[in-house]
Amino acid sequence: MSLEIPEGEILSLVGPSGCGKTTLLRVLANLQQPTAGEVVLNPAIRGDLGQIAFVFQQPTLLPWRTALQNVVLPLELLRQSNPLGDSSGGSSGGSSGTNAKTRRECEEIAVEMMRQVGLGDALQRYPRQLSGGMKMRVSIARALVTQPKVLLLDEPFAALDEILRDQLGDLLLERWEQQRFTAVMVTHNISESVLLSHRIASIQKGQIKELIENPLPWPRSGNVRGAPGFGDLYRRVSLSLHDDPKQG
Amino acid sequence: MSLLLVVTVAGFGLFIWWFVAWYFELPTALLPSPVQCWDAGLENRQVLFDAVFKSTGLASVAGLATSVVLGSLLAMVFSQSRKLRLALFPYIILLQTVPIVAIAPLLIIWSGYTFRTVLIVTVIVSLFPIVNSVTTGLLSIDKDEMDLFRLYRAGRFKTLRSLQVPSAVQHLVIGAKTSAALAVIGAIVAEFFVGDATNFTGLGTLMTGWQALAKTDALIAALFCSAFLGLALFGIVHLAAVTILRRWVVA
Repeated sequence: MSLEIPEGEILSLVGPSGCGKTTLLRVLANLQQPTAGEVVLNPAIRGDLGQIAFVFQQPTLLPWRTALQNVVLPLELLRQSNPLGDSSGGSSGGSSGTNAKTRRECEEIAVEMMRQVGLGDALQRYPRQLSGGMKMRVSIARALVTQPKVLLLDEPFAALDEILRDQLGDLLLERWEQQRFTAVMVTHNISESVLLSHRIASIQKGQIKELIENPLPWPRSGNVRGAPGFGDLYRRVSLSLHDDPKQG
Repeated sequence: MSLLLVVTVAGFGLFIWWFVAWYFELPTALLPSPVQCWDAGLENRQVLFDAVFKSTGLASVAGLATSVVLGSLLAMVFSQSRKLRLALFPYIILLQTVPIVAIAPLLIIWSGYTFRTVLIVTVIVSLFPIVNSVTTGLLSIDKDEMDLFRLYRAGRFKTLRSLQVPSAVQHLVIGAKTSAALAVIGAIVAEFFVGDATNFTGLGTLMTGWQALAKTDALIAALFCSAFLGLALFGIVHLAAVTILRRWVVA
């Protein structure tokens, strides 16, 4: 498969379980080596500076850390792996967010991010004291706290109910308006993919079956669901997923 | 309610014991009644107290503490390399499988009829459960949590300190509870060998001495003391765990 993702785009990957979506994400995140082929990243994007972030299917919060401490974690880890705090690779963007920060600065950044996801008053709570939706918010805050250029999401809302899913979708759109990251999101939920993306790739047996442009206007929010075109696009993605695979 | 149940069961047991001793008119040397044992315990309360809280108790607590520290450190080393585990883990298992009664004479040759020997035996007996469970804990980390640390280029040491060690605390508690009971057994068995009533009076020493004198009632009193010591040590570990783990345990 060959796929080019322009900067600032949100791309949804939809497809049946086991078709290689998660593998693709893990390869993009450099958590796994591709068996063949290569990933070429914009050279300005540096994983070692926290410019690639990952949102897992489960919130994956460390239970012995408070919500705030969980959000601080990426900054803390990066601070230690770059003790010299060399500045980011010369490119624009300004807010590469991880250069030689003191503990206090990291904490302030994390507090601000917690506010942005609407959890300004749950800083000191432990994950077990948070609801499922709140945990996922913390998880998103943790991913975004380093101001990543690339955000990878692996069925991030699959474990949540419909209402929470909509709220978190809105949160993601809001954060995208602010931070303009490039995002790749794996999902099983067609309306989620239609709502949240610029393009939708339907994947089958490790191949891109169809790459669908999403013409819905920006900025978006949940109300796009009622917009003309939403239903058409939904049907198109749905059909793409459901007809028989034609091997050529 | 649950206390009532405990008291009832214990009372019933004591009654059966008393009844058997009385009905069959068994000699005291064979089966003394609970009352005789109680009296023998009171009579020897000073030596029993010293044995429980000084010799045996001290050896158990110090041995367990040593095992917790040493075992955790070993587990951390093991967690770092598969090769190291393959090379050294068999010897840790050996500690557990070679009967302590077989090693004790050797240890006495090396370390003498001393408190130190009792301590060493206690550590040998209580080390394995801790190494085993903590190593398991350090290695069974959630895959996503591991990926999170890899994503941000966390080094070995940082991953160990901030992810693996906190995750393994629950396993340490499980291991320490098992070891608490073993530590008391280890100390008493070691005292069987080291025992010398003139200068060293642990529970094990008292038991062998009273056995030789056929003082069955005092022997049984000592037995109850060792059970009490084991329970107490287990309780201490449990309380410490509850206090420390409050943050970890899901409410």
